[in-house]
Amino acid sequence: MTSLKLTDVGKTYGNAVEVLKHIDLEIETGELVVFVGPSGCGKSTLLRMIAGLEKISSGTLEIDGQVVNNVPPAQRGIAMVFQSYALYPHMTVRDNMTFALKLAKKSKAEIDEAVNKAARILQLEPYLDRLPKALSGGQRQRVAIGRSIVRDPKVYLFDEPLSNLDAALRVATRIEIAQLKESMPESTMIYVTHDQVEAMTLASRIVVLANKGIAQVGTPLELYERPENEFVAQFIGSPAMNLFPGEIVETGARTVIRLDGGGTAVSAVPTQAADKGLKVNIGIRPEDFVETEGEAAYTGTVAITEALGEVTLLYFETDADQPVIAKLPGIHADVRGRQVSLAAAPEKVQVFHNGISLYYR
Amino acid sequence: MSPIIQGIITVIIGVGGCIGYFYLSNLILDRVIFPPRNDDNGRNINRATMVRPWLFLFPAIFALGLYLVYPVVGSFWRSLFNRSGNEFIGMGNYATMFGEEGFRQALFNNFLWVLVVPAACTFMGLLVAQLTDRLRWGNIAKSLIFMPMAISFVGASLIWKFVYANDPEIGIINAVRDSFGMAPIDVMQIPFWNNFFLMIILIWIQTGFAMVILSAALRGIPEETIEAAIIDGANPFQIFFKIKVPQIVGTIVVVWTTITILVLKVFDIVYAMTGGNFDTEILPSYMMDYMFRDDGRATAVAFVIMVIVLPVMIFNIRQARKEMH
Repeated sequence: MTSLKLTDVGKTYGNAVEVLKHIDLEIETGELVVFVGPSGCGKSTLLRMIAGLEKISSGTLEIDGQVVNNVPPAQRGIAMVFQSYALYPHMTVRDNMTFALKLAKKSKAEIDEAVNKAARILQLEPYLDRLPKALSGGQRQRVAIGRSIVRDPKVYLFDEPLSNLDAALRVATRIEIAQLKESMPESTMIYVTHDQVEAMTLASRIVVLANKGIAQVGTPLELYERPENEFVAQFIGSPAMNLFPGEIVETGARTVIRLDGGGTAVSAVPTQAADKGLKVNIGIRPEDFVETEGEAAYTGTVAITEALGEVTLLYFETDADQPVIAKLPGIHADVRGRQVSLAAAPEKVQVFHNGISLYYR
Repeated sequence: MSPIIQGIITVIIGVGGCIGYFYLSNLILDRVIFPPRNDDNGRNINRATMVRPWLFLFPAIFALGLYLVYPVVGSFWRSLFNRSGNEFIGMGNYATMFGEEGFRQALFNNFLWVLVVPAACTFMGLLVAQLTDRLRWGNIAKSLIFMPMAISFVGASLIWKFVYANDPEIGIINAVRDSFGMAPIDVMQIPFWNNFFLMIILIWIQTGFAMVILSAALRGIPEETIEAAIIDGANPFQIFFKIKVPQIVGTIVVVWTTITILVLKVFDIVYAMTGGNFDTEILPSYMMDYMFRDDGRATAVAFVIMVIVLPVMIFNIRQARKEMH
């Protein structure tokens, strides 16, 4: 069932500054959709438009089949968790969580039940009568989540909820959010983050935003294995995917590309005879590279190594703007300054023409 | 000697004296009293560090002691003497004062002022701050409302003398009355209510102050708490009273008490408008009536004012300090 639907949604400030355009997206009930993108891509703006904190300049937003463009935030059936928690500093935890219910004139019994339930789920029971300033960052974030839960919304909106937490707490809270989602399978969640790990681990689907629009929508592994374009290819995964320019020399079920750098790569992406001679970029993830004695896609001299124990990152000397990076498993001592030849399995080689993957033609 | 040269010499002596004092006193401390030498090296450095703040504080403490503490003690002492200052009469001045109708009138009026003016200033200031927030012409409105702050109380009184003027050609109140065919009145002569017409002048001056401080406080409220309240379903009134005001209540209290202290000191308005006639006397103007005529009585009034202001002042400073944390 569709929970939330965006149709050709756009956002302009004034008449000139266009932030988002032509956003089409359907979110099913029970999904956890993560918006990611570089800073300034409008992911928070899109979330705030869904929340009703920003006006929708064009297009329609439907929640549960009802167009809500002009419905005030409180009546949209959404709840939002802010990056800065946004707790009311003068109210106790209980009052923070009941504020919306009191405004909605719910009965006292109803309010108590909702609060106690939320407090139990979030382990906030001992803190209900404290002020926010007497809580730790993680507890505050739980109160902010509790404030959403008590309202029993159709859609939960999370705006970078973990950014203000330290690294250890971030991991713990991330898992808590995942568990919370498990315990509420009927609730739809939209989650904005710039942290890839959060996106990959939490999302049932990821929406990558770039250049005022959606670059790709898909499950985390779809985005990782089959990026639709060079932007997504390089945005998902760390270090970013290596791109090498080249020319298609053999077509068919397997495509052979001769690279401008001298190497040859074979891709499992099928091509037609007409594609022969096409100028393409091939993409290989650093972790998909293997050292080879035979035919290499890339041969270069190692400039810098970063030994992380489980893997070793090799940075190659290159004239191009983009660094060439390989991530080889295990420890590779003494490769610095040496020539290394690298190849990758055909399934791991992406082919892009004009920035778009040939796989999706 | 020409006054310019005198001025220059004064400045040189003043500034040079300050520099000389700090330089020499520190020099003496480091070289003579606690020289970091031999065995006492580390210990003497620590000792000098402990003494040093007092070297810097001394001039200020001394000046404050001379010009604040001494006058307070001196005034109190003087208030125990009779009119000409040659006969000790103990609490005599206080006793006669409290028995006098004029003083009780002043005390009552002052009570009214303290009740009305800070409340009105804070309320209007908050209202204006909230309403002009985020308006394009809000800053112009705020500048206009702030402007009376720059006018002296006597100057403001003169302006309001025109507003309250008897002549319908000049005074706006009587111009309005005139247009309804009513006879002109002098609002300064309506007993009891004339107090409020005087208060309006101070409210007019002080609203700008409250507005500026509260406006800054409103801006300091985290935007997200307001957005969270919008999502929670609060209407603008609920956002204002349940989210915004509670978050700036500390600032409101500071503004309120600051104006209260000011109200307890204002005498110029009453002095310039009515001279304390028509039952408009307040404590400071009552004090002025006796100054130079009966210094014993005047200092007694001054002391009463101080006793009233002091607790407000202490509360104000505490609250302001709390706000800073």
